Amino acid sequence: MKILVTVKRVADYNVKVYPKADGSDVEIANVKMSMNPFDEIAVEEAVRLKESGNATEIIAASIGVSQCQEVLRTALAMGADRAILVETGAAPEPLAVAKLLKALVEREQPDLVILGKQAIDGDCNQTGQMLAALLGWGQGAFASKLTLGEQETEVTREIDGGLETLILKLPAVVTADLRLNEPRYVKLPNIIKAKKKLLTTLSPGDLDTVLAAQLTTLKVAEPPKREAGIKVADAAELVAKLRNDVKVI
Amino acid sequence: MQRDSMTYDVVIVGAGPSGLAASIRLMQLAQEHQRELSVCVLEKGSEVGAHILSGAVMEPRALNELIPGWKAQGAPLHTPVQHDQFLFLTSQSSYRLPTPPQMHNDGNYVVSLGNFCRWLAQQAEALGVEIYPGFAAAEVLYDEAGTVTGVATGDMGVGRDGQPTTNYQPGMELHARYTLFAEGCRGSLTKTLFQRFGLREGADPQAYGIGIKELWEIEPEKHQPGLVVHTIGWPLDRHTYGGSFLYHLENRQVAVGFVIGLDYQNPYLSPFEEFQRFKTHPAIRPAFEGGRRIAYGARTLSEGGLQSIPKLTFPGGLLIGDTAGFLNVSKIKGIHTAMKSGMVAAESVFDALGAAEPVLEVNAYPGQLKQSWLWDELSQVRNIRPSFRWGLFGGILYSALDTYLLRGRAPWTLHHHEDHKALKPARAYTPIEYPKPDGKISFDKLSSVFISNTNHEENQPCHLTLRDPDVPVTVNLAEYAGPEQRYCPAGVYEFVEEGGPSRLQINAQNCVHCKTCDIKDPAQNIDWIVPEGGGGPNYPNM
Ligand SMILES: Cc1cc2nc3c(=O)[nH]c(=O)nc-3n(C[C@H](O)[C@H](O)[C@H](O)COP(=O)(O)OP(=O)(O)OC[C@H]3O[C@@H](n4cnc5c(N)ncnc54)[C@H](O)[C@@H]3O)c2cc1C
Ligand code: SF4
Repeated sequence: MKILVTVKRVADYNVKVYPKADGSDVEIANVKMSMNPFDEIAVEEAVRLKESGNATEIIAASIGVSQCQEVLRTALAMGADRAILVETGAAPEPLAVAKLLKALVEREQPDLVILGKQAIDGDCNQTGQMLAALLGWGQGAFASKLTLGEQETEVTREIDGGLETLILKLPAVVTADLRLNEPRYVKLPNIIKAKKKLLTTLSPGDLDTVLAAQLTTLKVAEPPKREAGIKVADAAELVAKLRNDVKVI
Repeated sequence: MQRDSMTYDVVIVGAGPSGLAASIRLMQLAQEHQRELSVCVLEKGSEVGAHILSGAVMEPRALNELIPGWKAQGAPLHTPVQHDQFLFLTSQSSYRLPTPPQMHNDGNYVVSLGNFCRWLAQQAEALGVEIYPGFAAAEVLYDEAGTVTGVATGDMGVGRDGQPTTNYQPGMELHARYTLFAEGCRGSLTKTLFQRFGLREGADPQAYGIGIKELWEIEPEKHQPGLVVHTIGWPLDRHTYGGSFLYHLENRQVAVGFVIGLDYQNPYLSPFEEFQRFKTHPAIRPAFEGGRRIAYGARTLSEGGLQSIPKLTFPGGLLIGDTAGFLNVSKIKGIHTAMKSGMVAAESVFDALGAAEPVLEVNAYPGQLKQSWLWDELSQVRNIRPSFRWGLFGGILYSALDTYLLRGRAPWTLHHHEDHKALKPARAYTPIEYPKPDGKISFDKLSSVFISNTNHEENQPCHLTLRDPDVPVTVNLAEYAGPEQRYCPAGVYEFVEEGGPSRLQINAQNCVHCKTCDIKDPAQNIDWIVPEGGGGPNYPNM
């Protein structure tokens, strides 16, 4: 059983990013970059499946600039067997990523693809779903539990108001939610071993995929500052304010 | 549980300018002599540069020696200093003073030390140095004879109660023939070495300062790349040593900061509030109007100079950089001296590694240092900082005399006292009323700490350890009005009442690793120890 996990390089979750002065994007120059936290959960799940004897090989894939090698090395240190970087320019769009992943899937023939449910930079929450659609595979998005059988996988999904359990025929696409697991600390000796593991770099051309931009960013701005609240004396004043000043009732 | 171990020729604790320069010099020597050498650098920050905070105007002297081709190799020294200004502030006015010769910056660069370290780390890795950020050295290892044999990284996944969690990962032992401690000002392992080997005997106590810094993006018309401004005077009183710096970098960025000697006496003084207030001065404020603050942080610096330098070697190890105290305080520059000490140490260590007879303690290092320009430089300015015990004007007068007439060759040496002993009981003072922040030029602590990007895994033992849990209330609060609430630039210490008697609450996850509490606590009751690796600030461009 072969698993493909995807990892994206994003600004670390501890970093408070701010828009560039010209509003074209967020400023990430010299900012600490890390693996997208949901992708860490995806990698951890794959590694646990391998450790429990349910999977035989884990391939970590990333799509983006050459520095994405760093997050691939982290995935290797966590326990992935080999890694593939599809080198593109700056942040490719979800559809482009899904198309490149589809090409990778056709090349590597995994039985299961695990992605993070979304990346914390764009918060798009699209790639996994698009990939499943492009492949025509079953999908289990927002997984909080995953059990792997020979022919199928059982996925518990976090949905509004509860949990939903699905059985997906393999091959399938799963996206990891927060409660799926708690990723491990990477051990120093494993970081050293990870340096020797195979990391292949491909171009979109190698995968016969042409990337066309579908989206244009108009402006990146900070959310408006919250105005200070006011205190009201009693319910009557509150109702009066809501009716006359805020005009919501 | 048995810990894994790895063995290197040299292990270096800390990826600041001293540790990285040492690692590079070691590898260069190995290449020149065609010898195999394994060098490993541990860094507690989540990446190289994450915990680095400096001014910084950098003197390229050591870099020129270490990597003469640095320009072609893309070192991030982009902004040569263009103008130097030295201002004396009163509450409403400012006066230009002649720039003291130590403060002349011809040929120097305005840099982000964090970014410079990121670049140095790339050079080191290209030479074969192994650098591991996210791993704090938590313990010094010794053999039976008491020789330092390396360090161990901290355990990961230990709960707040000290018990392993499901994610527990034991630390790792890194053994080395020589271990270089390059922890920067007030190193936590260095502190244990001082004790164990009595390294401070015969040296003056170290004198410290706290530096608080912000990075701003200002309006283009106000930006003058390469402008360097220092101020003294307001808002500090004449008994408090300190001043500001304001450096214009590239990309409309300005680094602004305030340094205050930790020998200040008034327990009501808040270095953070003094800094915030400083920015509202009529000569300073306009530069920031219309701009935005993009980063915040704090770090202490070693100001003692030559007379405070401890013994630098012990069996199996050496001290380099600010953890020993090579900063030249009259210039407020320690980058070039930190690098130089690392380079000299590397040369001595390399000789020792190749010696026919095993060398236990690298005694050649202090001797080599005394032969270098570093020693001359520090010896010339050795009396300037301690002369400020005579107040601001006494200090300026003495410094002028020392610099212009005696040229640093005074036949006497002034001495330092311990900073924590300088604090006076609160009853001698009235609380200082600081102005409320306006949220545009001046800010409160919490919104500031927010943009230091600091974080610590919450479920871990507190890394700010108290020797006696009662002292904060019975001594600090009772006698000194709880100075830790004010000197901590990150709001870690809070006295809370919650209906009962006061108790100290420690918000350890906010800590920015400046080390002020370890230095200034009047009863020396606080020991700062390393938290889980990777915790702490995530400074960009500082
Ligand atoms: C506000 C301020 C302004 C300054 N301005 C200037 C200036 O304009 N020009 C100038 O030349 N100098 C300036 N300095 C001084 C200069 O920054 C220091 O002298 C210099 O950084 C010292 O280098 P270092 O390598 O000794 O230590 P540091 O730069 O402090 O580096 C130490 C490194 O070791 C790591 N570390 C510490 N303990 C451990 C551990 N146990 N395990 C793992 N890692 C650890 C730290 O995280 C850090 O990355 C300034 C300093 C401050 C605070
Ligand atoms: S707790 Fe101590 S080391 Fe941490 S920020 Fe406060 S004063 Fe600095």
